[in-house]
Amino acid sequence: MKPSAFNYAKPSSVDEVLGLLSEHGDEATILAGGQSLMPTMNMRLSAPSLVIDINGLVDLSGISSDGDSLRIGALTRHVEIENSPEIAKHAPLIAMAMPSIAHPAIRNRGTMGGSVAMADPAAELPACLCALGAEIEITGSGGARKVAATDFFRGLYDTDLGDGEILTAIEIPKISAGYRSAFDELARRHGDYAMCGVAAHAKVDGGTISDLRLVFFAVGGTPVAAASASAAMEGQSVDDNSIAAAQAALEEDISPFDDLHCSATLRMHYAKELTKHVLTTLAAG
Amino acid sequence: MTQAIEQIQISAIVNGEKISRMIEPRLSLVDFLRNELELTGSHVGCEHGVCGACTVRVNGEIVRGCLMLAIQADGGEIVTIEGESDSGEIADLQKAFHERNAAQCGFCTPGIIMTTTEMLKNNPEPSRMEIREYLSGNYCRCTGYEAIVDAIETVATERKGG
Repeated sequence: MKPSAFNYAKPSSVDEVLGLLSEHGDEATILAGGQSLMPTMNMRLSAPSLVIDINGLVDLSGISSDGDSLRIGALTRHVEIENSPEIAKHAPLIAMAMPSIAHPAIRNRGTMGGSVAMADPAAELPACLCALGAEIEITGSGGARKVAATDFFRGLYDTDLGDGEILTAIEIPKISAGYRSAFDELARRHGDYAMCGVAAHAKVDGGTISDLRLVFFAVGGTPVAAASASAAMEGQSVDDNSIAAAQAALEEDISPFDDLHCSATLRMHYAKELTKHVLTTLAAG
Repeated sequence: MTQAIEQIQISAIVNGEKISRMIEPRLSLVDFLRNELELTGSHVGCEHGVCGACTVRVNGEIVRGCLMLAIQADGGEIVTIEGESDSGEIADLQKAFHERNAAQCGFCTPGIIMTTTEMLKNNPEPSRMEIREYLSGNYCRCTGYEAIVDAIETVATERKGG
């Protein structure tokens, strides 16, 4: 289908965007990479009267290193993150996840900010950001504020972004010494939305795991932190017994659902297998 | 809802030629190329970014023509399958696809060739698995992909002098 008619604005500053948002309210929508918005408009699930194209806001694009954290501008495209040596070095979990995000033609357009603001429950980046303890920078008429990724994702496509606000950047703590990351997902076809996926980040000392953060995606409305499974691994080395304990604890953490692609039972099975895989990967380094 | 929709001017370079048109903001890039410029080699399949039939190159990178507004390509450089074909840069791919029967109904072929062009630029010696992964966003409902992978592998080998 084709989108319904709309007017188009291409502002060149965040202030201009905020002005347009305050003037047009719910009738306006922000167009970043367009890789989620365009499908919803093409299917007329979304019919804004004004599309605010933020691709002219060059200041919102790029990756910078700032002390102990990395700052990724909201408009930074997936392809740039995928090819960034800074990301590979300081946020390897993000680098690991990138090839699983859709397909090359989509990664050439899609943006970090768009993916996070969209908050698709099957998206990779929200789970990675939760696992890494990242912060989301949101700008409104009163200035910028930061919110922890774990508080940002509230429900199905629901985030902490308020009316008249725009997501401007992501800040990720650089990986600390002794920490490792692992990522895996299962999809019907490479690049498709996952049936189940997990981002893992932990301290690994001589094979002993601590401070593990396992965050699943595509198993609920938001990224789901597997607190019990993570706690079960505290101070443990990765072996058949500890893996089995973590897998058993996972039953308390996630309640998968049935859908077209797989049943809840199969999804739980996948979650357990992915847990085994990422724990083994973390231990192997 | 009744609102006046303003037409906007788009100027771009398409397959090396300067063009300029007045368009509605909602016009997608692929519909613009097909309906306004009569470049019908880029196909419209799913219109939500899944099938890859509308793949075109904008400022050197492949994109989904259905997931970009035409107006967003204003001031840019667009190359379609017609441009790639006329320049001769894909002559070997066209020959290999023909010889290996890698195009059956042909609907997906322009998108697959556009994606392959970028892949071989970034990775001149892809394994068969890498070819499949790069092309994972391009649906083909005829070939079962085997012939496509064969054809691309042949061209990659030939290009490196094998």
